[in-house]
Amino acid sequence: MTSHIDPPIRVEGLNHWFGAGETRIQAIFDASLTVERGALTILRGPSGSGKTTLLTLMGSLRKVQDGSVRLLGQELRGASQQSQEALRRRLGFIFQAHNLHESLTARQNTLMGLQVHGPRGDAAKQDAAAAHILEILGLGPRIDYLPEKLSGGQKQRVAIARALVSNPEIVFADEPTAALDKEAGIQVVRMLKALGAARGTSTVMVTHDTCIIELADRIITIEDGKLVSG
Amino acid sequence: MTRLLHLLLRRMPIGWLQLTHNRMRLVAAVAGIAFANLLVFVQLGVVASMNNVINLTYTPFSADIIISPPSPQLFGGALLSRRIVYMALADPGVAAATPLHLGNMEWKRPTGMSKVLIVYGMAPEASAFAGETISARQLAMLALPNRVLLDSAFRNIEQATNAVAFARMSPETPMEFEINGHGVSAVGSFSLGSGFGYDGALFMSDQTFQRLVPERMSGTLSHVLIRLKPDADPDTVVRRLTADLAAEHVQARTIAQTIADDVSYMNTEAPMGVIFGIGVFIGIFVGLVIVYQVLATDVAAHMKEYATFKAMGYPHRFLLGIVFEEALIIAFLGFVPGALLGAGIYSVMGAATGLPLGMTAARAVVVLIGTFAACMISGTLATLRLRGAEPAELFG
Ligand SMILES: Nc1ncnc2c1ncn2[C@@H]1O[C@H](COP(=O)(O)OP(=O)(O)OP(=O)(O)O)[C@@H](O)[C@H]1O
Ligand SMILES: [Mg+2]
Repeated sequence: MTSHIDPPIRVEGLNHWFGAGETRIQAIFDASLTVERGALTILRGPSGSGKTTLLTLMGSLRKVQDGSVRLLGQELRGASQQSQEALRRRLGFIFQAHNLHESLTARQNTLMGLQVHGPRGDAAKQDAAAAHILEILGLGPRIDYLPEKLSGGQKQRVAIARALVSNPEIVFADEPTAALDKEAGIQVVRMLKALGAARGTSTVMVTHDTCIIELADRIITIEDGKLVSG
Repeated sequence: MTRLLHLLLRRMPIGWLQLTHNRMRLVAAVAGIAFANLLVFVQLGVVASMNNVINLTYTPFSADIIISPPSPQLFGGALLSRRIVYMALADPGVAAATPLHLGNMEWKRPTGMSKVLIVYGMAPEASAFAGETISARQLAMLALPNRVLLDSAFRNIEQATNAVAFARMSPETPMEFEINGHGVSAVGSFSLGSGFGYDGALFMSDQTFQRLVPERMSGTLSHVLIRLKPDADPDTVVRRLTADLAAEHVQARTIAQTIADDVSYMNTEAPMGVIFGIGVFIGIFVGLVIVYQVLATDVAAHMKEYATFKAMGYPHRFLLGIVFEEALIIAFLGFVPGALLGAGIYSVMGAATGLPLGMTAARAVVVLIGTFAACMISGTLATLRLRGAEPAELFG
């Protein structure tokens, strides 16, 4: 349940470490932030500053070690496997690498984003929904192609379709436009913003792209694991 | 196939799509499973053939009860005194008793090679004790001296016979040949074949046996075969004979018990059987390692894709389902050539050794089920790393 009082994401006093013993290094230092509903929040910072780490922590893809992350009203620290899985089904992820399933076509990859909610709803309807979003993203003629037959940009657009097809409440995107040309990148971000306006979908995006940063509702900068402004 | 699996699984057949997407990996996986199957088939076949051979040595004769020396094996035990036959006949449940003579013979061939034969000797008139492979009529033909029945495995013994003479063999047109300086006439054949340590068998009368196996003292015998009266209970008679013969260093057992003891001795105590048993164990172990390796490789190759599914909110059992789907498909695809190759190797090994080797439906089913089980277990183990892992860790 999305509480009306709770923002989609609230991070408080978050610390994160990698490794153990001598080689243990801290990647996130005492981070606190909130993400507003329907907003496009941009996370930026130099390479190795901890952007991906923070994003995956907020997206329940990584165990919270210290501090608090409240995602869609639920505390992630110490959350059970099942409640994390249930939460992930309400999110959409677009990864730095496209991470498409090599043996599935564009349509099948997109369908995987719908079928995670179970076999409910008829297959034809799901098929149509997948086709529709691929169409919007300009993949209409290549809907039944395997990833190996698609260009880098096309693959990334399939990954975006997969993340968006199930109408997630929050979209997490790690440099989603890196493989797209400037125009296509801006188009995708506009689409995410439109979703925010229409459905209240929040987007948290890591990017270096200055054109996209201009479209942000909010910019969070991270340097050496510390939030610089927020 | 994709459509069928879709209906069957009620989801996209991702395992199948994954397998068929990378044909090279599929071929390698199937070849691995086929090889594992082949290994197990060969080992099981050798053990089965050993047990088969033991059973075959009991087929030229028949009996309800057999009195034997303490040795667990049919051949090679201490000799018994003829007196045992009369003691057995004294039992009220016993209808008939006859000595069975068993021996080994080294047959020096003119070519310089020598063959080992097992030799059976029995009274030609003991028709009640004719066996599965030797009829009472054949037994009666042996009444004249120096007549023998030839094992059909003799066909394979180089220059022992020629095919035409072998086929015409009868009391009227016997096939004459020499064994160690004794002229014998083969008047018929029976089938026993070679075993571990011998190349074939000869069957003859007790009289001829004494002549051909000269080191055997007259008045001694290997076993006493017993037929019961129709109303006699075998177990009661066995108990009584055991008590009556307590001082004789012999054992009285039903024929079924005797065969069972022989088989179990060979499998669990005789060095050869134990080595074969270890062979089966190693075959299964190596098979398991291959199956695990195949599935672990496959899971590792798809780690990122599985991590993505996890990140999307798919539960672990969904991933396990995909791996099981693959495991079952690979198991079946590997089993088919494995079983066919196994049957092929059986016939090659059988032809080369004369051992009774063959594929049986029961063995094929056992191996198939074992392969399924091994694949499922390996699949479960191979996905253990996925189970506890955080999706973010799996991308690295
Ligand atoms: N699994 C890991 N084990 C150990 N150290 C890690 C691991 N993942 C990240 N780090 C370290 O944590 C720090 C932050 O990494 P992170 O990937 O979050 O940076 P980033 O801002 O996303 O960089 P980039 O812009 O290159 O993607 C880096 O110093 C990195 O080396
Ligand atoms: Mg990163």
